[in-house]
Amino acid sequence: MTKVLWKGNQAIAQAAINAGCQCYFGYPITPQSEIGEYMGDKMPELGRTFITAESELASISMVIGAGTTGTKAMTSSSSCGIALMQEAISAMCCAEVPGVIVSVMRGGPGLGNIASAQGDYFQAVRGGGNGDYKIIVYSPATIQEAIDLMYRAFHVSMKYRNPVMLLADGILGQMMEPVEFGKYPYIDEDVSKWALSGAKGRAPRNLVSLHMPDGELEKISDKIFEKYKIISEKEMIVDKFMTDDAELIVTAFGTTARIAKSAVKKARKAGMKVGLFRPVMLSPFPEKELYETAKSTQMILDIELNQGQMLLDVKASVFGACPVEFLGRSGGGMLTDTQMLEKITTLYKKIGVKV
Amino acid sequence: MNGETLVYKRPETLIKDKGFTFCPGCGHGVVLKIIAELIDEFGIRENTIAISSVGCSIFLEKFYELDVAGASHGRSPCVATGIKRSLPDKFVFTYQGDGDAATIGFNETIHTACRGEKITTICINNTTFGMTGGQASATTLVGQVTTTTPRGRKAELTGYPLRVAETVANCEGAAYVARVAISTPKYIKEAKKAIRKAFEMQIKGLGYSFVEVIAACPTNWHMTPVECIDYIENTVEKVHKLGVFKDITKGENI
Amino acid sequence: MARIVINKDLCKSCKICMNACPKNLIKTASCTNSIGVHYAEFEDKNGECLGCALCAESCPEAAIVEVYR
Repeated sequence: MTKVLWKGNQAIAQAAINAGCQCYFGYPITPQSEIGEYMGDKMPELGRTFITAESELASISMVIGAGTTGTKAMTSSSSCGIALMQEAISAMCCAEVPGVIVSVMRGGPGLGNIASAQGDYFQAVRGGGNGDYKIIVYSPATIQEAIDLMYRAFHVSMKYRNPVMLLADGILGQMMEPVEFGKYPYIDEDVSKWALSGAKGRAPRNLVSLHMPDGELEKISDKIFEKYKIISEKEMIVDKFMTDDAELIVTAFGTTARIAKSAVKKARKAGMKVGLFRPVMLSPFPEKELYETAKSTQMILDIELNQGQMLLDVKASVFGACPVEFLGRSGGGMLTDTQMLEKITTLYKKIGVKV
Repeated sequence: MNGETLVYKRPETLIKDKGFTFCPGCGHGVVLKIIAELIDEFGIRENTIAISSVGCSIFLEKFYELDVAGASHGRSPCVATGIKRSLPDKFVFTYQGDGDAATIGFNETIHTACRGEKITTICINNTTFGMTGGQASATTLVGQVTTTTPRGRKAELTGYPLRVAETVANCEGAAYVARVAISTPKYIKEAKKAIRKAFEMQIKGLGYSFVEVIAACPTNWHMTPVECIDYIENTVEKVHKLGVFKDITKGENI
Repeated sequence: MARIVINKDLCKSCKICMNACPKNLIKTASCTNSIGVHYAEFEDKNGECLGCALCAESCPEAAIVEVYR
């Protein structure tokens, strides 16, 4: 397969089409509007559903509708739009309804700006919705990975009946890169045991999120948290680069991790034993994997385009195994590999000095 | 006994021997019963997916022998859209109140109508948020006492009631829009006729249908169920007028 | 002889059926049902019931489960 130059947003859309996405419900918002445009062009041609909804409140609820019938559906938005979806996402987790949500982060808070940022990490993994729940969050660093993770998102969402988010950022959405679209590698799930289809020859079913009777909601809560444990064990993806002998390990995700990788390579050239730990699945977070990695190193440097959000998960996972430092820029500011290398170099000197 | 014919039977779409969750005399029960009767008459129970909403109208799965999907407050038409677009041959309807469809979810109601989604919405309008204890909603009448307008709704403070059906009827995608009431036996028969018409619109794929039903809320209107009957005719109907506001099949009145 | 069948345990004594019956054949029972309510009771000593089913159609509880004519 020869590689072809694709724009991130459009590649994400085409990947969804390849994965068998039957319904796209969206709403324009920079920096991801091309996803909607691409779907608006292609989906009707394929006899599939495309709606620009009246709001993100509406589009995520349309995804729920399709999801309750076991139909592959998605929405895409950015920061503020994803914020409008939180109530419904919480309900999806309660009723265990599948659906794929693409979030292409922009500068925040507020309307912020349309630069690339990672300030929505908490929004994605901590959930802005109500109650105890988790969504599965994947974070691609390249457009090729975004394609592969979109395939996985549709599979995992249906398999575990849970919303799955692809957490990209403005860079990934807007840039172009050579990629190749492999075939969708997963077999479709059998949804007939739970999907709504009309109570024909079976008892009626319902997928609702109000559970008033005593203890009913608690049972559901325990059940979905059992599910999250299984997902964490079975579906975890981490990308480790030169961590085995590393004295200092950088933690980062998404495109920032990609820039950090070149900083790590430069540090290695300068004789510093530096590695990179990149969670690809952000939620559930790779606590065990990071703890094991942290045990064998002297220091962790977390690098993010925010005021320190994954930092909390890193600290919680490292659990004191080694000190954790932070380098971040917010409000859409970018970090270059040179700036990262400077921070790595100053910190690396501290490791040498046994206190 | 011999020589007698059965002229009325409790609809099968209602779960047998299961009561409703509403206050005595609540209008919801009458409408849910009419819907169940029609689902039986059209023979579509096994092909129907109902979408509940948030409010007194939420408990569909507790009394209907139907597949039911829940929705966030005001978003039932979107869930219904997602379902109907995925399974176009199913009969899909939302059951909402004035809080759900006309207050928080009015944007969704309007756009669903403009897009002409081939679903049906039944909107119970009792001019109050019932489930939460009787607060004023978008359709509350000027002067109406509620827990948030204890001295009666004052227009200069909280504005005027929203005319839902008339507004929905302005959406080109809407095929049938009517407002009915279910206070008297005569009105109940007319309401059933309108809801049957709305269901037919969907079954024939002619577009979006919307029926607003003026219903009693004895508890939050601080009246007995029988007193509500006259109150609807003498007061509520003066603001929320009954009628067929759109019918693309023709201008035939109910 | 026309008659109606009431599932007394579904009745919440809202009295709408009594108001709807053109022949006033539905009375409030002296005893109460399982939810502690004086339910509606059909009394038709003189066979006046028309079997018009207005009571059943008006009942907000679908408690009038059958009507015969």
